[in-house]
Amino acid sequence: MTESDVVISCRNVWKVFGDRPERLRLTPATTLEALRATNHIAAVRDVSLDIRRGEMLVVMGLSGSGKSTLVRCLARLLDITSGEVMVEGQDIGKLSETELIELRRKKMGMVFQSFGLLPHRTALENVAFPLEMRGQDRASRIARARDMLTLVGLKGREGYFPRELSGGQQQRVGIARSLAVEPDIWFLDEPFSALDPLIRREMQDEFLRLKGMLAKTIVFITHDFDEALRLADRIAIMKDGAVEQIDTPERIVMAPATPYVAKFTEAIDRTRVVRALALAQPVAGPVPEGGALPAGETLHALARRIVGDSRPMIPLMDQGRIAGILDRKAALDLLLGPAA
Amino acid sequence: MMAATLAKPGFFLDQRRVAQAILLAALVLVLFRGVLPAGLIRLPEGMVLPFADWINAAFAFAQNDLGLMTLTRAFSDAVEVCLDVTANLLYGKSRWPNVGPIPWVVIAATAGMAGYALGGLRLAVLAAGTFVWIAVMGQWKWAMETLSVIVVAVPFSVVFGLLMGVLAWRYRMAERILNPILNIAQSLPHFAYMIPVVVFIGVGPKAGAIVTIIFSVPPMIRMSLLGLRAVSPEIIESGKMSGTTRWQLMTRVRLPAARTEILIGVNQVIMQSLAMVVLASFIGMPGLGQKLLQLLQALKIGLSVEIGITIVLLAIVLDRMSKAWALKQPEHVEGATWVQRHRLLAVWLGLIALGFLLAWLNPYFIEVERKQALSLADPLDAVVGGLIDLIDPVADWLRWFLITWVLIPLRDAFLWLPTSAVLVALAGAAWRIGGLRSALVCLAFILPIALSGWWDRAMITLYTVFVSVALALVIGVPLGLLGAANEARARRFLLVCDTAQTFPSFIYLIPVIMLFGVNDVAVVAAVMVFATVPIVRYTIEGLRNIPPEIVESAQMSGASGRQLLWHVKLPLALPTLVVGANQSIMFALFMVIIAAFIGTQDLGQEMQRALSSTDVGKGLVLGLAVAFMGLTADHLLMKWARGREATAGR
Ligand SMILES: Nc1ncnc2c1ncn2[C@@H]1O[C@H](COP(=O)(O)OP(=O)(O)OP(=O)(O)O)[C@@H](O)[C@H]1O
Ligand SMILES: [Mg+2]
Repeated sequence: MTESDVVISCRNVWKVFGDRPERLRLTPATTLEALRATNHIAAVRDVSLDIRRGEMLVVMGLSGSGKSTLVRCLARLLDITSGEVMVEGQDIGKLSETELIELRRKKMGMVFQSFGLLPHRTALENVAFPLEMRGQDRASRIARARDMLTLVGLKGREGYFPRELSGGQQQRVGIARSLAVEPDIWFLDEPFSALDPLIRREMQDEFLRLKGMLAKTIVFITHDFDEALRLADRIAIMKDGAVEQIDTPERIVMAPATPYVAKFTEAIDRTRVVRALALAQPVAGPVPEGGALPAGETLHALARRIVGDSRPMIPLMDQGRIAGILDRKAALDLLLGPAA
Repeated sequence: MMAATLAKPGFFLDQRRVAQAILLAALVLVLFRGVLPAGLIRLPEGMVLPFADWINAAFAFAQNDLGLMTLTRAFSDAVEVCLDVTANLLYGKSRWPNVGPIPWVVIAATAGMAGYALGGLRLAVLAAGTFVWIAVMGQWKWAMETLSVIVVAVPFSVVFGLLMGVLAWRYRMAERILNPILNIAQSLPHFAYMIPVVVFIGVGPKAGAIVTIIFSVPPMIRMSLLGLRAVSPEIIESGKMSGTTRWQLMTRVRLPAARTEILIGVNQVIMQSLAMVVLASFIGMPGLGQKLLQLLQALKIGLSVEIGITIVLLAIVLDRMSKAWALKQPEHVEGATWVQRHRLLAVWLGLIALGFLLAWLNPYFIEVERKQALSLADPLDAVVGGLIDLIDPVADWLRWFLITWVLIPLRDAFLWLPTSAVLVALAGAAWRIGGLRSALVCLAFILPIALSGWWDRAMITLYTVFVSVALALVIGVPLGLLGAANEARARRFLLVCDTAQTFPSFIYLIPVIMLFGVNDVAVVAAVMVFATVPIVRYTIEGLRNIPPEIVESAQMSGASGRQLLWHVKLPLALPTLVVGANQSIMFALFMVIIAAFIGTQDLGQEMQRALSSTDVGKGLVLGLAVAFMGLTADHLLMKWARGREATAGR
């Protein structure tokens, strides 16, 4: 990873709401209680993270933990109280109004938790709105908006007003609106929360496809672990405004940095996250006889073969080489729970 | 000041104790009136400040030295050009573009279609029917003279109001300056606006239009500010993320998203304009108002009832249509062809064509001549005459009784009170409700009235308002109780109240003059009727909004119907009722001033004199005196109601 790969980078970002937050002196040691005593609420506390090009970072945390606020700070919808946010090497706190508008027109897109549709515009006009702001001509933006609505399954509803659409349909209009511009940097705040499981999966696939094809950088907020595991390159867990841990899904479950993260991830089915390689022991001595298992697959995917295999030690194959040895008992313990 | 000497620090702790002491002092002043020095009974002449002269000097300076005259001239010329256009279109005044008048059938059809588009068949019938009525009753020209001003004034007010609303929304400073100005402006009686306009513009339709514009701006400012504040932050953020510039964000996101509030503002502008345009007859504005004024002065009851019906119908139509527009939510339209998608427009065009054809065939459909017009005046006069003969003995006795035994003694009592006692009592009451701050605020409002030298006139106004609002409470609260009996009835009562509130205040004078003639009783009756409406309304609202659990739990503890009413419902509804009383007082103040032309001796009468002698200073001082009385009542009652609601934890 080189420096230029980092698209968004934030350092010690604080966002404090309250009477006079600009007068506060914020250090990593500042506690919530100290702030509350002066009538302030810290929604984001001392967050530092880097997001690479083409990466999907999933932000998780309890309700009120500051996820939406963090994303708003990254998009400079909110001015941060202290720290700095760099987007493609520029400090966005220092951008002028026109530069910021340019950045949003050309680079950024967002899907809002409560949709943020313009009530006086039809679904079609809502989707075309960012294109209109970019100065695209009428015919082409209408055509593009139509395509996007079809993509999200709203063909035939183009002329409906937000009020006339169901929650899930409104959410899809919001998704279509941000798909229409295909921004390089995407902020998705619980974008699929109101969708039924089928459409949700379709939409996830669509974003994965775009991300894979066009190297989009995506910050994705969700409460749904399955969704997070499907999409995430890395997961950030937030608590009371601070990022407790930011890491790959596997390390989050296998090596939680704090007791909170451990508790938060307790209910996850580990076998769907943990790849065989993570349990591998180094090759010492002779490699066991017989076929090897692919090291990059999750235990869940390999479950049938592990159960069916009778060797106590199973070789793992990665890119044509033996990458390690899997202890079958350890794997079975994870899959079935430790033997009583 | 007595209050200040009594208020030792320790006393601050007990608001009630201080208030009692001050009120006691007021009582002492009243009881020992006989031995009080003259200076405490009325302010000595030497202390009266010539506010009017100062204001006149300021106006003269603005007019001559600041060149404000040129500015107002330019503005009024622009208004005049617009007025000429609408006058030509609506009633064929020979001005550019010289195509009018538009035949009444076309206007009626247009109104009907607009009604249909906004609110369905019923509104269509109401709108078209109103214009048909106006035409066949031979009132077309007057009504169009009135409407031609409204059509010009409303857009001006809306644009001004919107601009100032945006300004107040954008800059805290602007809001801080505007807020008190709006408070005063919205409690200034109509006439106070007319006098400066007469000075700057003169009399006639132009002045009428301009005073209408100025008068109807404040609610627009308020509503646009409210609307802009209420736009959900995510809508704005989504606009920002779409890359809007500030201008785009305002025009394509914020303002459209605040549509409902802004259109409610437009509704208020229209209703205020109608009320003002009718009154502007006092400054030579032709139209329905002027006709009504002449007929009332000549005591031609039948004809004035006809005009009254027209004004009421217009008020209802304008109110219903603009409200329907405000509340109408956008709806998608299906259809492939233009005609399918614009069905109503197509029907409208057809109707217009038909209307022009009719007008071409027969001039009756352009304008109904006076001699072709129907009139209800004779039968109406007969009915009213019979009615009056019937009730005259009673009405006569009532009039005599009220004047001799209620009104005159009360008025004398108000005038008898020493100024000092009134001020001290006010301070005491204010202290009881809101502490030192309230006492100071109220004195700041009322002391200038004493200093202005209009104290006696103000006391007469106060007495009229007091009597009328007291009567309004006596009548309105039981009516409200009756109305709140069940949900269906409550809704019907509220509809009647809503409708009655849209009528221009002038209308209320017709029935009372009809019944009582021109005297103090008529004034009190008109004010009382006008002031009863908000009381009924808020009584119903107050009772309706009591949480059902509370009523149920009281019933479970075995409260009888009467106990329930007195110990549970009324106390809970009281704060809302007080808000109603507050509005009632405002209404009464406005009405007292308007009723002045029946012949009163209060501030309103003086204001009429100031109007006819175009004395700006005097007019404004009188207007402000009325406004300050209203604002004092508003401060005290609202403070009390809020405090009460806070303690009730609602
Ligand atoms: N404009 C604001 N003013 C004051 N406090 C705010 C504001 N916006 C957010 N907060 C506070 O900041 C904290 C974080 O809010 P945020 O919306 O970021 O939570 P979230 O993690 O997105 O929650 P959810 O999952 O419910 O969407 C909350 O305690 C909230 O009350
Ligand atoms: Mg959120």
